[in-house]
Amino acid sequence: MEITLQNLTKIFQSKREDEVVAVDNLDIVIPSGKLFGLLGPSGCGKSTTLFMISGLLKPTSGKIYFGNEDVTPVPPEDRGIGLVFQNYALYPHMTVKQNIMFPLENIKMDKREGLKKAQEIADLVGIGHLMNRKPAQLSGGQQQRVAIARALVKSPRVLLLDEPLSNLDARLRLQTREEIRRIQRETGITTIFVTHDQEEAMSISDEIVVLDEGVTQQVGKPQRVYDKPNNLFVAKFLGTPPINIFDGRIEDGKIMIGDVAIGKSDAEDQEVTVGIRPEGFKIVERSSFQVEVEFVETIGRDTTLIIRHPDVEVQESFEDPEQEENTEEEQAAFAQEVAEELGEEVDDTKMAGIDIPQQSVQQAKTFRAIVDADYGVEPGDTVKFTVKPHKMHVFNKETGELV
Amino acid sequence: MLEEQQNIKSWFYLAPALILLSIFIFYPIFNAIFLVFVKDFNYLQGTHDGFTLTENFRYVLRDPNFSMAMLNTMLITFVSVPLSVIIALLISVWLNAIPVKKIQGFFQTVFFLPYVTNAIAIGMAFAFLFNQYYGLINWFLGLLGISPINWVGMGASWGRAMFSLLVYITWLGLAFKIMVFLSGLQGIDKQYYEAARVDSASRSRVFKRITVPLLSPMIMYITVTSFIGAFKAYTEVIGMFGERLGPAGDDRSMITIVALVYDALDRSGVPGALSEAAAAALILFAVTLVFTFVNLQVSKKRVHY
Ligand SMILES: Nc1ncnc2c1ncn2[C@@H]1O[C@H](COP(=O)(O)OP(=O)(O)OP(=O)(O)O)[C@@H](O)[C@H]1O
Ligand SMILES: [Mg+2]
Repeated sequence: MEITLQNLTKIFQSKREDEVVAVDNLDIVIPSGKLFGLLGPSGCGKSTTLFMISGLLKPTSGKIYFGNEDVTPVPPEDRGIGLVFQNYALYPHMTVKQNIMFPLENIKMDKREGLKKAQEIADLVGIGHLMNRKPAQLSGGQQQRVAIARALVKSPRVLLLDEPLSNLDARLRLQTREEIRRIQRETGITTIFVTHDQEEAMSISDEIVVLDEGVTQQVGKPQRVYDKPNNLFVAKFLGTPPINIFDGRIEDGKIMIGDVAIGKSDAEDQEVTVGIRPEGFKIVERSSFQVEVEFVETIGRDTTLIIRHPDVEVQESFEDPEQEENTEEEQAAFAQEVAEELGEEVDDTKMAGIDIPQQSVQQAKTFRAIVDADYGVEPGDTVKFTVKPHKMHVFNKETGELV
Repeated sequence: MLEEQQNIKSWFYLAPALILLSIFIFYPIFNAIFLVFVKDFNYLQGTHDGFTLTENFRYVLRDPNFSMAMLNTMLITFVSVPLSVIIALLISVWLNAIPVKKIQGFFQTVFFLPYVTNAIAIGMAFAFLFNQYYGLINWFLGLLGISPINWVGMGASWGRAMFSLLVYITWLGLAFKIMVFLSGLQGIDKQYYEAARVDSASRSRVFKRITVPLLSPMIMYITVTSFIGAFKAYTEVIGMFGERLGPAGDDRSMITIVALVYDALDRSGVPGALSEAAAAALILFAVTLVFTFVNLQVSKKRVHY
């Protein structure tokens, strides 16, 4: 079932505040049988969009089509959708079996047939052995699968998932997202998956849309959106670690950062913002883009160089709190490493003196370059870079649009 | 040492409550049990004619007023409580569905007003509503072409008087129940209703399968306490029929167990009257205990916490 959103707009009117435009003129076609990711920072209107597709919220204007059918005036009970809520909304007083059976009982399905169907779906999502438990007796991941089973059991035309993984721990999150992917493939139901986690959306979606403040930023295959961001917002939002942003300019067909030319451009001379992916740097023998490495981080097979540069634009992070925690840990470990390398005793007073966490890594004018570990770069070394042209994006300074 | 001190301290803290409970609860209970088992107790002299195991009970059970009181009390309990619970439930669901908060607040106040109004005053108002000649009820019936009915006046039949009483008691019980149910409803996560809508549940199924189970702890609480309250019905009868406890000419036809106990106390000068009162009170206590126990047993199966 192809879903078409046509100029979909939702304005919340409240007495005290001004009106909130939660969704602004959304124009998207969601291809049939695909897993479609709805991605954007918190408050950008993802849930609102999903609730409008489900019919629980009425759009202020615009239309929603399922296939060729205009479902805008159709109430949720007649839309044939399955919805998995952010916190699952399993009926706490019913067993797993009763929860899954509930939608079938509502459409007056024969009891025996219903039971058979419920068991089938439960087996599909891997909770077939938990049918007689109450939701409170299940783990978060199991509850989530019950919610998916309940949404799938009536063979909906469309499956809607609202940040279904946000309550799970990192490991379960990975496992469950694979499972959602598998279930979606097996059932072939057009699925819309809401998340604010770009990595999650990129890893399982066939196609994504990036939203900001209710406005579509870009639609397309995840890799394509990553490789060819339309604007600065999308470039910054996708990718971990995030893209490096520099103040630059175009001069005589050359892209300049400071006094160094790092690439070519056909655009006319102007001030620009240059984004370079961390993996877009290449260490070479000869280049005028010469920098001194401040820290070296080796995680697994990647070596990340952290480099101070006066033209780096400090950016706030989009990461969610959980991931930030990780980063802090990383930073602490990092600080320790650095302190050891400096040959100092690592005691608390000394640690306090070295202001590496937050300040220098997140907010100071540094950028990250991921390079091959074989180079054996050490802190304090001077390296020469060239920039891979397809990993570099140049944006208009004012509008943030691609130049 | 320290533990001992703690012990003394805790008794000290408990003392005020214990003293009051002893004076007003424990002593009367023991006294009632004592009274039930003595013969011809004389209240003024504090003397009695030896002990008996069953005589006072037998006397009460043979009293025609007692069987009347038992019948009335049971009717009041088993008609008005379920009825008012169901009506209160429907009203609170309806109130909760009012989208405009101001209108909802207004109706909430309207429905709660009876709770802060004296039951006797309301009883008098109801007696007036049921008045044969200028009552609102007969006026309405008149519109439907039904000639005036003598509900509660002189010579009214037992059935009609009881009907009026039941209407009044059911109505009186609504206010508090609505309040409790409404607060319960407001505590139910709205997402369950959204989920049920997406699952294509009809309104009646949502009520039956979602609202009632999720509200069941409140429903149980209200049912148990209302049963206990209804077994003790008395003020309501006074409110509607005055001290006659029935329509004029048919005194005591609306008598309840508690009314019977008071009646016996009125004759406390007569030897043995207090023992009858005690016997009636203990029978009521036993009945209440049994039903509460049954209620709680049912709740174990039916209530979802
Ligand atoms: N009922 C409402 N009344 C007024 N404003 C609302 C209402 N619901 C949502 N909004 C506003 O609409 C905007 C979009 O909300 P929405 O819930 O769709 O965000 P979201 O993208 O799902 O965010 P999150 O990732 O935090 O769930 C927000 O600014 C929010 O404050
Ligand atoms: Mg949301």
